[in-house]
Amino acid sequence: MLNALSLYGRYVTTSIRAQMAYPGGLMMMVAGQFLVTVIEFLGIWAMFQRFGHIAGWTLGEVALFYGLVSVIFAIADTITRGFDVFGSAYVKTGGFDRLLLRPRSPALQLFGHEFRLTRIGRLTQGVGVFIFGAATIRFAFAPAALPILLFAVAGGVALFSGLLILQATLAFWTVESLEAVNILTYGGEAAAEYPLNVYAGWFRNFLIWIVPIGCVSYLPMLAALGRPDPLGAPGWFLPLAPVAGFAFLGVALFIWRYGVSRYASAGG
Amino acid sequence: MSALATTLRPYLAVCAGRFQLTLQYRTAALAGFVTQLWFGVIRVLIFAAFYAGGSAHAPMSLRNAIDYTWLGQAFLVFLPWNADPDVADMVRTGAVAYERLRPVDSYAWWFMRAIAWSTGRVLPRAALMFAFAGLVMPLLGLGFWGLAPPPSLAQGALFALSAVAVVLLSAAITVLINVAMVSVMDERGPNILAAPFVNFFSGMIVPLAFFPDWLRPFLRAQPLAGLVDIPFSIWFGGLTGWSAVGFIALQFGWVVVLALFGHWALERVMRRLVVQGG
Repeated sequence: MLNALSLYGRYVTTSIRAQMAYPGGLMMMVAGQFLVTVIEFLGIWAMFQRFGHIAGWTLGEVALFYGLVSVIFAIADTITRGFDVFGSAYVKTGGFDRLLLRPRSPALQLFGHEFRLTRIGRLTQGVGVFIFGAATIRFAFAPAALPILLFAVAGGVALFSGLLILQATLAFWTVESLEAVNILTYGGEAAAEYPLNVYAGWFRNFLIWIVPIGCVSYLPMLAALGRPDPLGAPGWFLPLAPVAGFAFLGVALFIWRYGVSRYASAGG
Repeated sequence: MSALATTLRPYLAVCAGRFQLTLQYRTAALAGFVTQLWFGVIRVLIFAAFYAGGSAHAPMSLRNAIDYTWLGQAFLVFLPWNADPDVADMVRTGAVAYERLRPVDSYAWWFMRAIAWSTGRVLPRAALMFAFAGLVMPLLGLGFWGLAPPPSLAQGALFALSAVAVVLLSAAITVLINVAMVSVMDERGPNILAAPFVNFFSGMIVPLAFFPDWLRPFLRAQPLAGLVDIPFSIWFGGLTGWSAVGFIALQFGWVVVLALFGHWALERVMRRLVVQGG
């Protein structure tokens, strides 16, 4: 375990050094990421100028939900690149054979594929929006809020990693990376930018029971705010809900193992 | 006449060839449709939630906002987010120098490529989206949440004219991004800067009418509004009669301005072009 961690550390430092070789290009990408997400938030601001609230939530409150899921997604996007490009970069080329030859878990090696520094742009914006939200509503941090939020971030990163692992597993059968999974990753992130009670019931249930994005953003955020769930989830469950993210990752890894066992190299 | 036909022939050929090539990517079109559908659903649900809290200050009805959303999802790929990927390859390999050897006008050549590239990707996605939001949803009894036809035939005709301008405007901006890419010899910078500006100023993120009223004349006058906000407002009858005609003229006016500027800028950049190695 310790050995695996230190190996992962080596992967990360190597990747960072490689990206720092072109600092100008890197800065431009970071700035671009930041700009894209800031402009997106301007759109939300404009809607609140017109309507004042959405399902009772003000702009400052929505900014907290938005900031939390944005941070989660930025971190997950930083570390899961190897699974994202798995089909085209490993299965199609037969490069996965090399990973299997090494005496380390292939999943660990794929996590080490790239550590995307460009996502700092999005991370910064997410933190910025969260601080803006907290300042706007004069959010008084309960002592429990910080651990709840950190747990939510960890569970959220696990959940999105699980989705990317499932996408990679599909590539064992489809060869090319299946972009349709983007609707759950990018699409799920986009949906979770708003508190889930703004959505119709069928959509909300999908985001809590099938792909539990609500469990890592909406429910723990309610706990951090000290609010009861307007839809009636039990209060004790709210701070614990991110466990669902880890469970999802566990299931995804299980399916991934099955995929690996079925893998037949294309040769070459 | 025949001289004109001879002059035009290579441009029409590159356009037709690339159009057919782009149409071949059926899986990509299907994946694009599914993704756009999902995002369309999210946007419609969010609009519905905002309007449910009171629409006194809304600049358009929920019905119109839903139409606007589906049109945006259908025509999403018209948005010029990137430099032409084939031209980007040429820049990377140095093959862009060959463009100077062809006995054609490079600007017109790239313009026609851009038209084929966007229409070839938009047509299958838009057809699927129109079929789903315009036919399947009403048949399922979800008509209110789907795409309604324009209120009159005249409005539909105005929309068609405006859509032609969208195609040209999109191509003109794509070539401008190409020019920026050739001048810095890398497509990543221009691509990353283009997308957020195009999304925001076209009215893709939210319809421009939702921004503060005093900003409206400025937002509608700039060229990117002609990609999304103007044509879609014409579709649902937010812009009618002479005011619609005026905005369509504005769209075509911007096409001319951007094409003239793009032509000048491309010639200038190409004259300074240095290709290393080979």
